[in-house]
Amino acid sequence: MTRKTISIECLRYHPGTDAAPRYQNYEVPFTDDMSVLQGLQYIKDHLDGSLTFRWSCRMAICGSCGYMVNGVPQLGCQIFLRDYYPRGVRVEPLNHFPIVRDLVIDQSDFLKKLESIKPYLIPKTDPGKGTYLQTPQQMDEYYQYSQCINCLLCYAACPQYGLNPAFTGPAALALLHRYNADSRDAGKAQRMEIVNAEDGVWGCTLVGYCSEVCPKGVDPARAINQNKINSTKDYFQNFLMPWRK
Amino acid sequence: MQVVQTDIVVVGGGGAGLSAAIAASERDPKLRIALVSKVVPMRSHTVAAEGGAAGVTRDEDSLEHHFNDTVSGGDWLCDQDVVEYFVAHCTEELIRLEHWGCPWSRKPGGHVNTRFFGGMTVQRTWFAADRSGFHILHTLFQTSLKYPSIKRYDEFFCTELIVEDGRVRGVLAIEIATGETFLFECAAAILCTGGAGRVYRQNTNAGTVTGDGMGLAFRAGAPLRDMEFMQWHPTCLPGTGILMTEACRGEGAILVNKDGYRYLQDYGLGPLDPWPRAKAMELGPRDRLSQAFWHEQRKGRTVETPQGSAVLLDLRHLGAKKIHERVPLITEAAQTFAGVDAVKEPIPVCPAVHYTMGGIYTNARCETPLRGLYAAGECASVGIHGANRLGSNSLAEIVVFGRVAGESAAEYALSPFPVNGNVRGKAEQAANRFLSMLNNEKGERLAVLRDEMRDSMEEGIGIYRKADSISATCAKLAELRARYRRGVKLDDRSRPFNTEWLTAIELGFMLEVAEAMAHGALQRRESRGAHMRLDFEARDDANFLKHSLAHCSGDGAPRIEHRPVTITKSPPKVRHYGGEGKKAVLS
Repeated sequence: MTRKTISIECLRYHPGTDAAPRYQNYEVPFTDDMSVLQGLQYIKDHLDGSLTFRWSCRMAICGSCGYMVNGVPQLGCQIFLRDYYPRGVRVEPLNHFPIVRDLVIDQSDFLKKLESIKPYLIPKTDPGKGTYLQTPQQMDEYYQYSQCINCLLCYAACPQYGLNPAFTGPAALALLHRYNADSRDAGKAQRMEIVNAEDGVWGCTLVGYCSEVCPKGVDPARAINQNKINSTKDYFQNFLMPWRK
Repeated sequence: MQVVQTDIVVVGGGGAGLSAAIAASERDPKLRIALVSKVVPMRSHTVAAEGGAAGVTRDEDSLEHHFNDTVSGGDWLCDQDVVEYFVAHCTEELIRLEHWGCPWSRKPGGHVNTRFFGGMTVQRTWFAADRSGFHILHTLFQTSLKYPSIKRYDEFFCTELIVEDGRVRGVLAIEIATGETFLFECAAAILCTGGAGRVYRQNTNAGTVTGDGMGLAFRAGAPLRDMEFMQWHPTCLPGTGILMTEACRGEGAILVNKDGYRYLQDYGLGPLDPWPRAKAMELGPRDRLSQAFWHEQRKGRTVETPQGSAVLLDLRHLGAKKIHERVPLITEAAQTFAGVDAVKEPIPVCPAVHYTMGGIYTNARCETPLRGLYAAGECASVGIHGANRLGSNSLAEIVVFGRVAGESAAEYALSPFPVNGNVRGKAEQAANRFLSMLNNEKGERLAVLRDEMRDSMEEGIGIYRKADSISATCAKLAELRARYRRGVKLDDRSRPFNTEWLTAIELGFMLEVAEAMAHGALQRRESRGAHMRLDFEARDDANFLKHSLAHCSGDGAPRIEHRPVTITKSPPKVRHYGGEGKKAVLS
């Protein structure tokens, strides 16, 4: 492999000391097998130890290394410098989140939303000592939505979240649907309040970019759309049968 | 320094830490539990575990089989009383995960499916496709949100245990976002910080797997046990070390050398037929497979890739449907990171450091010799892995012993003990030591020290070892520790989210943990499981059917002593794989 050099331009911002974000350019030698994350690691090790970013598993399963890369939300570990050569690559923190430092965003708003949707089984019945029976077909109903790695690329892609941070947002709503659609769960009624709320599914305007950027094929847009139907049914049932509530 | 009053501090939010926190909370909801982790829990390295978790469930399986597979897999260095407890509790914990929503893969009728793993007599591995760790971790994390007594401190980095009067009384941590120091005053601390694979260059581990908890315990006076036993996973991508799960072979994948020859038959794992059969060929244990690679490489029968030597993991005969259904993550990772379509081509693989068999010494109740300190999961050595861990036993371990640790710590925290001494004063002193690292005007670059450590570990404490190369690594590590003490110069002097500072603290832990591994290896003058000595080729039960314990001696090399292994019902025998056997049906 020949050693080439690529320019990696990083957003730098230290809220405590900097008046505004700036960009800093680094020239990084690379081989064709190096990911954008490895480029950042090279900078940190050899050029500038103060460049700050999150990373961990480097195999697209822990969800730590989401950045805006040339304007697109992506996982730094699974995109490669060779694909940005010779033009270079610009790395910025994920859109729509406050910056803690450089490429590190504040994810606490998402964590609150995740906690708010009751993301755990609310059992129908006591399963006793054995496992529940759940056929592969029943699993298919929710399995796709259980693949979310909480990388937040979908929030960075979502124009609605950008406009209205109160919107529950794609990943949390997909996870909500994951539990509602699980044959072992009986918590749907409790979760429908979140779905029906103004900042629930109705906050979504069906742009669908969330599903496009999802690295795990979760398709949050489909989950949300499914819940608009559920929410509508819920509304009419409550209207027609007020005693049901 | 901010002070948080709590009853139990759980350090680490992976599978073991979450299990421990939930168990402690279930024992008594009034206990205040602080779950302190340097990453948000779902980023923890449990997330990357692929293959699955062992639990006896098939009619033709038994606890006896699980026990025997584990003990022989561990080359008789397991504590058999602990293994007995372990195998008896795996299945109930896996069922509990199912009740909490874990999407275990199912058979058509709706029952949980199981698959083969290396060294298993019967299919025993519960799996969630090849994202088992991911699903276990997210299930545990999301379930933990139901317990109001568990208060999370996400992205807090623990730097020191505060010991007073012979008991752990506090945990010092840095809040990463602000760089502020926190003292968690507690009755008990549970370390669940994972392994230390990052002391090597080529490994399957996340960047966070830096042996912090082992270093915390070691410095506080708790010994590390069996640290010379490091597991190489035989099938990883050359260069990055990204894991290609053993489940590939459990589903029927084969390993061939550059001539297309299934070389494992030359290393006591054959004959080839009938195939597949349990505990033979590709279903042999990890230590044997990684050692076979080493020999093939020396014979010049490996494939050379730009990232190093490799053999070929071939899944093609399984067909596209089964490959995508059973090992989707691997298929995706092979494509992304190696540019290989596993349906159409074999995947080049080689051994990489994967799992730290040794760890903080605990008894079966997960108690360390230091009062108030507990440990569970990969950071601990409770005694079930011996000299070589069987695949699928560690995901079971984190739930079985995570729970035990939580319950033990809860009992301890509920029983009163005299509170005196100067915990805060000690914590202030320690905090100043860590803060002073930010002011070093002179010193070396962090990456220089780190890379020299990794290279030296690969060189001296590799798959095969001998006295002179181990000694060279011991000397190198002593030199690196001295250089580290002279100072690491940081580019970043500020406190908020200073990951360079934290990495420097991690390196301090890693150097000491690496030293425990190297000195343990030097003093074990035999070959057993994953510890292979070219100068002592045989297992030596007369002298070394013993655990090693490494004790911290400050700036000097660790002191190593040996202690007996607990044998209850399986006296040491020759470890046997391959040979005769029935053809197995892979569902």
